[in-house]
Amino acid sequence: MTARGAAWAFSWGLLASAGALAQGAADARRSGFDSMSPRIQAMQRDDQQNPGMLWVADGEALWTKVAGTSASCAHCHGDAGQTMRGVAARYPDWDKIDRRPVNLAQRINLCRTRHQQVPPLPPESAELLGLEAYVGHQSRGMPLTPSPAKELDAPREHGHRQWEQRIGQLNLSCALCHDQLPGRVLGGATIPQGHVNGYPTYRLEWQGLGSLQRRIRNCVIGVRAEPPAFHSDEMVELELYLTQRSAGLKVETPAVRP
Amino acid sequence: MARALIHLPAAARKGEVVEVRALIAHAMETGYRAGADGRILPRDIIRRFSCRYDGELVFSADLYPAVSANPYFAFFLTADGSGSLTFTWEGDNGFAQTETVTITVS
Repeated sequence: MTARGAAWAFSWGLLASAGALAQGAADARRSGFDSMSPRIQAMQRDDQQNPGMLWVADGEALWTKVAGTSASCAHCHGDAGQTMRGVAARYPDWDKIDRRPVNLAQRINLCRTRHQQVPPLPPESAELLGLEAYVGHQSRGMPLTPSPAKELDAPREHGHRQWEQRIGQLNLSCALCHDQLPGRVLGGATIPQGHVNGYPTYRLEWQGLGSLQRRIRNCVIGVRAEPPAFHSDEMVELELYLTQRSAGLKVETPAVRP
Repeated sequence: MARALIHLPAAARKGEVVEVRALIAHAMETGYRAGADGRILPRDIIRRFSCRYDGELVFSADLYPAVSANPYFAFFLTADGSGSLTFTWEGDNGFAQTETVTITVS
């Protein structure tokens, strides 16, 4: 069995043990892509029409741009088409130095501070989203394969608990809508299953590209709760659980969503 | 400079009708929205898009605040001969961008 095959088997084992999405879930799970109108689907499919590709193109330029006085991303990582293939499908992953889980954006910033000796990019900045989209784009079409690192089990479980926790003045949990009522309509919009296979995503509502954390904050503000800060531990834990929940769905970065 | 993505076939037969697609990064700020501080953000939009085929105007459009961010245009033209297509976007705050793409017609 190849290393990737092993990671696969492992992730499915976890899924089954989590029990949340066990039997028949693999068939019932649908990418948000499937519930979009044909016009928006066409927009995502066509790289000349998909506005997310503007960020990917920015990221490609940044990849080879020397940051500060040291090196560019390409200096160490070479051709992203080869070295970054499948990387985004695995994140969030465990950082051995800081001993905590980090998402792709945080990994990019860690690379900047540790190796390039330049300040981290602010969350949701055009540069960070560009790099994230460019790296994510290299995994397009590959199944989400959560990192098998053992250390991630506990934070992932925290994320799962947050997912089920009722919050805010509306006293709703993520699970109430996205596990129990997907496909139903809330305020004129179809409730999606909440899969995370297309981030960073171009949302027509935002008129721009945004990260998964921006999307989560949207929902949290929607139920009138205090949203966690970008790149906070809670956010990454929730991301970890969500990646597990969407494991196996194909990466669509940069996806287009209504 | 804003980034633009332009797509057209690199080669075409004479008389063939080809599709041209152009997407540009632009915020298209309407002038009606308030920022985080509650103040109205000044309007900043692209006002005109045009495409010239060897100097001859083949497509143009006026844009208004209701047009979404990152405007996208797709149109068809008849490939008459080899030449260059010049795309121009002009707008508020002196925004001007020109991109040129060549097409080979056999």
